[in-house]
Amino acid sequence: MSLHPETFKTLLRSAAEQVIASAPELTSLDQAIGDGDHGTNMKRGFEAVLGKLDAISAQPLDAALKMIGKTLVMTVGGASGPLYGSFFLAAGEAASHHGQLPHDLADIFDSGVSAVSARGRSRAGEKTMLDVLIPVLETLRTAAGQADLIDRVRAIAAEAAERTAPMRATKGRASFLGERSVGHVDPGARSSCVLVQAVCAGLEGQQ
Amino acid sequence: MTDTVGIVIVSHSADIAKGTADMVRQMVGSEVEVAFCGGNSDGGLGTNVPLIIDAINSVWSSKGVAILVDLGGAETNSEMAVEMLEPERQDLVVVCNAPIVEGAVMAATEAAGGSSLAQVKAVAEELSAG
Repeated sequence: MSLHPETFKTLLRSAAEQVIASAPELTSLDQAIGDGDHGTNMKRGFEAVLGKLDAISAQPLDAALKMIGKTLVMTVGGASGPLYGSFFLAAGEAASHHGQLPHDLADIFDSGVSAVSARGRSRAGEKTMLDVLIPVLETLRTAAGQADLIDRVRAIAAEAAERTAPMRATKGRASFLGERSVGHVDPGARSSCVLVQAVCAGLEGQQ
Repeated sequence: MTDTVGIVIVSHSADIAKGTADMVRQMVGSEVEVAFCGGNSDGGLGTNVPLIIDAINSVWSSKGVAILVDLGGAETNSEMAVEMLEPERQDLVVVCNAPIVEGAVMAATEAAGGSSLAQVKAVAEELSAG
C-alpha cells in the first residue's frame, strides 16, 4: 500500500468519479430528509477536483490533500463543502507531520475526522457523515496491518451508512424533521461511504 | 476604511440576501457598509465561500465585520470563509447567532451609532435569547 504519485492520481480520479456517479442517489436521499442538494453540491465539488487532477497529483501527499480540501471548500456550495473540505485540509496538515503510509494512515484519517466533528459541532450518533467516518477510523486502528484491512474497511463503511437509517437526526437540516428523519439513510453518511469504498476499490486494484 | 462595523448578509437565497440588505439600508442609509451574497455558483439556492470572502473584504472596517446568516450551511460556509481571510483580519469578524432579517437590521442600527463589534453582535443576539 505504498502511495506512488500515479497511484494517488488513479485513486483520486476513481473516488471523484464515484461521487459524481452517485449524485442522483445522494440527491434522492437528501430530498427525503434535507434540502435535496447534496448530490449536485458534491458533484460540483468533485468535478472541480477532477479539473485539477494533474495539479493536485503532482504535489506531495500533504499538499495534495490540502488542495483537495480547498477546492471542495471553494466550490461545493453547501455545508458539505466546509465539512469535507475541513477533513482534507486537516488530513493534509497531519500528513505533513506523519507522512509514512500505511503506518500513519489512521493518524492522518483521525485528524480529518476530528476536523469534521469540530466544524459541524457534532459527534457520533447524530445521523451524519461522522457515523461512517468514526467506525471507519476505528477499523483502521483495530485492523491496521492485517491482510483483510481493505475488506473490513469497505464492509464497515457500508454497514455504518445503513445504521444511520434508524437514527433520529439531531444535526443539520434533517434535525428539523425530528422523528420523521427516522427510516432514511443519511445522505452525508452515504457520500462518506461512497468515498471510502472508492478508495478501497482503488487500493485493491493496485495490489 | 470606515469607522463603523461592516455588515455582511449571507443567505441561501440571493433574493433574501438582497431584500435583507434593502431593509438594512432603509434603516441606516449609507452610514454602515453592507454587503450581501446568496446562492451557489450555479445560481441555485446555497452559499458560496468565495462570495462570502469577497463580501467581507468589500465592507472591511477597522472595527470589524458582523455576518448574519440564515440556515446551517450559511453559518458553516461563513465560518470557513472567516478562516480563509488574511490572519490579521480573522479575529475581527464574527458570525452572529441571530435571525437573519431582524438581526441584520438591529446589528446595522447598532453599528451606525459607532458601537464596537462585540456590542453589535450582542445586540443582534438578544433576538435569540430566551
